[in-house]
Amino acid sequence: MAHSNEEILAGLAEIVNEETGLATDAVQPEKSFTDDLDIDSLSMMTIVTLAEEKFEVRIPDEEVKNLTTVGDAVSFIAQAQA
Amino acid sequence: MTDQPNVVVTGLGTTNPLGGDVSSTWAGALAGRSGVRTLPHDWVAEFDLPVTFAGQLAVPPEDVLPRPQMRRMDPSAQFAMIAAREAWADAGTPELDGERIGAVIASGIGGVTTLVNAWDTIRDKGARRVLPLTVPMLMPNSPAAYVSIEIGAKAGSHTPVSACASGAEAIAYGLEMIRTGRADVVVAGGTEAATHPLPIASFAKMQALSTRNDDPAGASRPYDVDRDGFVLGEGAAVVVLESEEHARARGARIYARVAGAGMSADAYDVAPPDPSGAGQSRALRLALENAGITAADLVHINAHATSTPAGDGVEAAAIRASLGEHADHVAVSATKSMTGHLLGGAGALESLLTILAVRDHQAPPTINVANPEPGLPIDLVRDTPRDLPAGQIAALNNAFGFGGHNVALVITSA
Repeated sequence: MAHSNEEILAGLAEIVNEETGLATDAVQPEKSFTDDLDIDSLSMMTIVTLAEEKFEVRIPDEEVKNLTTVGDAVSFIAQAQA
Repeated sequence: MTDQPNVVVTGLGTTNPLGGDVSSTWAGALAGRSGVRTLPHDWVAEFDLPVTFAGQLAVPPEDVLPRPQMRRMDPSAQFAMIAAREAWADAGTPELDGERIGAVIASGIGGVTTLVNAWDTIRDKGARRVLPLTVPMLMPNSPAAYVSIEIGAKAGSHTPVSACASGAEAIAYGLEMIRTGRADVVVAGGTEAATHPLPIASFAKMQALSTRNDDPAGASRPYDVDRDGFVLGEGAAVVVLESEEHARARGARIYARVAGAGMSADAYDVAPPDPSGAGQSRALRLALENAGITAADLVHINAHATSTPAGDGVEAAAIRASLGEHADHVAVSATKSMTGHLLGGAGALESLLTILAVRDHQAPPTINVANPEPGLPIDLVRDTPRDLPAGQIAALNNAFGFGGHNVALVITSA
């Protein structure tokens, strides 16, 4: 089942909240995972793993470095599930 | 030993079946409460476990720790963190050179919940679903690592793994770190989170566990003729050890002194103790020697006393063998009757209770002993606490583990 971009954003925000405690409304498309949300590489891998499961997509490890912002991740997941 | 620093206790912390902190735990122990209850988990029926109860934490960790932090820790590390924070705060949250602070947090089994859950994940969903922190969470030194990070303990972070002697061995190790000059302050203790179907099934198969499912609170009955095995417990206890000179220089409150440790191995069997009790007796004698006292100085023992049919008798005989006639004058408490058996946390929790017993001159009771073993060669404190002599006193904590590990610690008035 394909998720809308809004659903993906909301789902990612929930995962980030679980993993880091950041408020879900802090997780916005323009935010950088590292610079704005202070997410380290291990947490990022955890978030990616949980996102793969939640959205039933595959996010290759080599792709993770290209997911700079939350919006990048939303776009990638949206395309991957298409 | 005159050139070695005296080691004192300046902070205490715990979370266990009797309480989520030291004061509630001590109040519960003196009141003779039981922290053992029927397990609420679905897996008890799902796996048809023959034992349906355990000592579970009185205060769940989720009531204390932030969720993101919990996600990165196996329950064994969560429990250790809660106990260590209380102990460190209790010691006054001293601002010290981290290179002079050590962390020694023991575990008997390690992160069994994390390990087994991760195995379910890889089996059911494949390798891509395994979370990156799985190994750092399941490794038995994870609690020590988290505590050292929390406190900034850089003198060394260590994890004795010696089954049910682990928690006491951690305190013995901390004592040595200070005596040998490696640290001024050591945060030492033990933790266990084995209230999980796999350890329960294993211990049950060994016939090591009580199966008194209809009476959980009455199931742990050390030295009682009707004892039928130990009761699993979970939790952690941590003490802050400090050289006396260091503690006095910073005006710290001093609970008691850790005066000595004795360690030995049975070299007999991987599960039951050497029935002769020789290894246990040797640990007791070595502890007294190491503390520079004699059996005649002892007024109290917190016994290992798990309430297994075989183990308790061996320990009672070992106490008698080490103390001789003086055993008639030593108040023996078996606090696992109330807490259950915390495995890697047990020696630490019972050391903490021994420290409080010395401070307050009160030996906690042993509950559930309706019919003591006839001819028991020790003086068991039953049902209600007993006053210990005033003035300077000395007590012993015993901790023995599968594999024949024996640890005895001497605690004296400061």
